[in-house]
Amino acid sequence: MEYGLDLEYSFNEFLKGFGLSSEIAHIIWLPLPMLLVLVAAVVGVLVTVWLERKISAAAQQRIGPEYAGALGVLQPIADGLKLLVKEDIIPAKADGILFTAGPILVLVPVILSWLIVPFGQNLLISNVGIGIFLWIALSSIQPIGLLMSGYASNNKYSLLGGLRAAAQSISYEIPLALSVLAIVLMTNSLSTVDIVNQQSGAGILSWNIWRQPVGFIVFWICALAECERLPFDLPEAEEELVAGYQTEYAGMKFALFYLGSYINLILSALLVSILYLGGWGFPIPVELIAKFLNLPINAPFIQVFTASIGIVMTVLKAYLLVFIAILLRWTTPRVRIDQLLDLGWKFLLPISLANLLITAGLKLAFPQFFGG
Amino acid sequence: MSIAITTQFICFIVLSLVVIIGALGVVLLESIVYSAFLLGGVFMSVAGLYLLLNASFVAAAQVLVYVGAVNVLIIFAIMLVNKKEDLKPINDIKSRRVISTSICLTLLSLLIRVDLTNVWSLSSPQSSIGDESTIRIGEHLFSDYLLPFEVASVLLLMAMIGAIVLARRDVMSKDISTGLPVDQELIEKSSEPLLTNKN
Repeated sequence: MEYGLDLEYSFNEFLKGFGLSSEIAHIIWLPLPMLLVLVAAVVGVLVTVWLERKISAAAQQRIGPEYAGALGVLQPIADGLKLLVKEDIIPAKADGILFTAGPILVLVPVILSWLIVPFGQNLLISNVGIGIFLWIALSSIQPIGLLMSGYASNNKYSLLGGLRAAAQSISYEIPLALSVLAIVLMTNSLSTVDIVNQQSGAGILSWNIWRQPVGFIVFWICALAECERLPFDLPEAEEELVAGYQTEYAGMKFALFYLGSYINLILSALLVSILYLGGWGFPIPVELIAKFLNLPINAPFIQVFTASIGIVMTVLKAYLLVFIAILLRWTTPRVRIDQLLDLGWKFLLPISLANLLITAGLKLAFPQFFGG
Repeated sequence: MSIAITTQFICFIVLSLVVIIGALGVVLLESIVYSAFLLGGVFMSVAGLYLLLNASFVAAAQVLVYVGAVNVLIIFAIMLVNKKEDLKPINDIKSRRVISTSICLTLLSLLIRVDLTNVWSLSSPQSSIGDESTIRIGEHLFSDYLLPFEVASVLLLMAMIGAIVLARRDVMSKDISTGLPVDQELIEKSSEPLLTNKN
């Protein structure tokens, strides 16, 4: 399955053309995809914030932002600029070091997780062997940052919010990991590229959502809970906790939390589309279309075309899921903390365990459909 | 020295320094919360060392289990019982410190001896297996290391049941430690719905 553009190889060859050694070419190459992904993540956040404002306005029969740019598209940039120039306040009785380290610990693992998000066969930062497991491990660091900022704020609401966030995060991590495990079982690999390739056989029909409907729902619920989106935004429930662990934060430190939560939302949507909706795959396999039109699949312009279709498909699927998440946020009430923990431990955990068991059984019974 | 080896060397130095200084901080700092957070940092750096050794699966498992579960639970427990109390001064603190230091030094010398006497080079001339290691770990866990693996899970189950028994004393008729009958009233009251009395 070695097809698709290999930008790194072409870039290195291009630099070697100027007489640079391959090592130096590699060092010049290294920061490029990282910067690109960072920019992509931030632009994705701006788009999501705009979508959130517009869709929430539509859900409540308002107009929403409309003066900053056409249809208010510049509103998120204005928001960001405002947060940048605000005063950076550390409360007098707060713990300065932990107060500053908390938001960083929340944001960094989320951005690191973009390492494994593929937009095409070779369009990802690193196809590490542990792939999706890296994301599960990294997302378990986040609660420490939340507890840290909750504790350092020296405020009872912050502390309660931090404790709630950690409890929620731990309890939803387990069904999340178990539903990913069922996919890994079918793929025989942890790598995200392999997971997408395994679904690319027959277009939309071979997507994992048809073979793992229960896993899909469990994963989506858990992903929403991990992102602390309504109906699971208990850590920052306004009526009870002011704003939870964010209460004392202002300016850029608050912006880090804000960025972190939206990047996490986009990342979760991307991972749902990679794990269950065929990743960069077009609903009809591109090879079939090329064969139908009598085009050679390895021609350069076809390669560029399929790569762009891959990126468009990944982003489209992810934003469809983001749209659903935003609709859910503005139409559902919040659950109580005991309902939240009951749902996690007494419903999702047994269901995802049973799903894993059934997947293993089906894999033994029908190896051609469930990966052998 | 090539760039890759230099990078690896610098990473190793930084990670080792973080592990050593962080571990010293865990032991020596007065504030228990700082100690707990530093412990998380030490666990992370150990995961980094595993990464340098090409054991990426072990590194991720280290982060998931030690940072994501163990350390979060430790911090959680500290914050739930965050009583501000002054610790009582201990009378024979000096002799205790001498004893604990000598025990630590003995352990350290034992470790150094193991380090010097053990043959660290691999017996078979296989090169690093990299990502293949995940598969190898799985094979070993389900063949020659099956029994230790299962025994460890039984141990965890026992600990879990013990914790539940300690936490849910209301299901027992007698107190475990004193043997006196438990005051069921007190425990039941908290779990009763608040509004039922007002009807």
